[in-house]
Amino acid sequence: MKEKMKRHNHDPFAVEQEEWRKRQIKGRLKQILTISSPIFILLLWEFLSRTEIVDPRFFPPPTEIVGTFLVMGTSGELFDHIGISLFRIFAGFLLGVIPAVILGLIMGLYSPVRHFFSPLIMALMPIPTLALLPIILIIFGVGEVSKIVTIAGSVFFPVIINTVAGVVNIDRIYLDVAKNYGADSKNYFFKIALPGSLPVMLEGIQMGQAIALLTIVAAEMMGANSGIGYLIWTSYKAFLLKEMYVGLVLISFFGYLFSLILRGFQNKLLPWR
Amino acid sequence: MVNSKISIRHLTKVFYKKGNSVTALKDISMDVKDGEFICLIGPSGCGKTTLLRILADLEKPSIGDFTIDQRKEGRPLQSMVFQERGVIPWLTVEENVAFGLKMRHLPKSVIKERTAYYLEKVGLDRFAKLYPKELSGGMKQRVSIARAFANDPEILLMDEPFAALDEQNKFILQEELLSIWAETKKTVLFITHSIDEALLLSDRILLMSTQPGQIIDEKVIDLPRPRNMEQVRADPVMAKHFVDIWNHLHDEVQSSRVKG
Repeated sequence: MKEKMKRHNHDPFAVEQEEWRKRQIKGRLKQILTISSPIFILLLWEFLSRTEIVDPRFFPPPTEIVGTFLVMGTSGELFDHIGISLFRIFAGFLLGVIPAVILGLIMGLYSPVRHFFSPLIMALMPIPTLALLPIILIIFGVGEVSKIVTIAGSVFFPVIINTVAGVVNIDRIYLDVAKNYGADSKNYFFKIALPGSLPVMLEGIQMGQAIALLTIVAAEMMGANSGIGYLIWTSYKAFLLKEMYVGLVLISFFGYLFSLILRGFQNKLLPWR
Repeated sequence: MVNSKISIRHLTKVFYKKGNSVTALKDISMDVKDGEFICLIGPSGCGKTTLLRILADLEKPSIGDFTIDQRKEGRPLQSMVFQERGVIPWLTVEENVAFGLKMRHLPKSVIKERTAYYLEKVGLDRFAKLYPKELSGGMKQRVSIARAFANDPEILLMDEPFAALDEQNKFILQEELLSIWAETKKTVLFITHSIDEALLLSDRILLMSTQPGQIIDEKVIDLPRPRNMEQVRADPVMAKHFVDIWNHLHDEVQSSRVKG
């Protein structure tokens, strides 16, 4: 009762300001929660490893992994591995995404083309590109091209499938508008099909990005003598688990970074959403 | 009729499906004079949208044909104002209004000038750079109307453009439409469910039957312009028209139920 009285005495702006401040605090709390989960896991890991509740040979404490990272970093060799892996990822990513987007748009727009290519894509998609690595190595040799092609092959499928779906699911009414207002095929492509399919297409590209990282590690484990995947594999074989963890953490870091970059890209490209 | 802007001759449209064909339009013949505002009114599913889509070149008639008289070289024959969702979400308000002009590759200066003119006409000049998601339903339909008028077509086709709006917005937009129309004197074919809307807007109301769609009656609305809703409501002749049309729609719906 007393509290109610107090509220009545306030002016409405002060009451709403109080509410607003509470919402602000709640928002900040959520941000803290988002940051706190990885920190919590790292602290827990550190603690369990230091106290030897888990075997520190298999799970070295994070601080030691960071130490190993710094030591490896100073020798410069680590950055060579990172550089070569990033190059393969970017090149493979582009080589997969560009043809997938072009073919996907054409398939989405022209149903005969779609009917012709769909079964091929459905049949080829379930084959892991990594299983084809021996063949790829025979065709393209052990150089950079074979890794780039492997990544491109893995990125291609989610992107093309999402691009086709993006075009096919454009609301019919926009096609009617374009036709009614006399759009030629070039305008139809650039003003309707491309922007209309972009949201779904970008989801596919986001997925392709994740697959590119998965593929690079596996491809470098199997047929390379450089790169983050190679680093993980050789460290593991030599039982240098701290070094191995450095490689794993790097992959995780780049995956997160690329996701953020692509999200930023998405917001730039889709201001109308 | 000599000198008609739109003439439709024995137009029939059948939607063929195995075992279940539907005659959407049956032997439609009509003429529309230059500058006339025509409303088509009829029960749902009577084929009025099909008729409009045929005139808009989005659908082909099964048999029969129509002509739209072209008075000016290079002018598009028709532009359509679509139902609620016709504004393209990835184009800004301005780009939407300029859409038809850009598709026709007109000079940049012409596009700019005409877009600005019609944006101002519908009161959206301040919102030119916004995307449709930031607009209310009424504002989106203003974009749609501006886009059609900016395209400067021989005739305008409107497919229930105000159906999704609330009453107040509807009245405001109807009066705005009338004022732009009075200035341009375009020939308009307008589909509606609303008898009030038809009485307010039209020179002539065509009544359609339920499936198969046929034009079975017409009402000439000779109320002087400019009009407003109060005048329509106060006029005894209009009141009689209202009841007539109401009864017609009622009968059509009943008969389609019996048939169904």
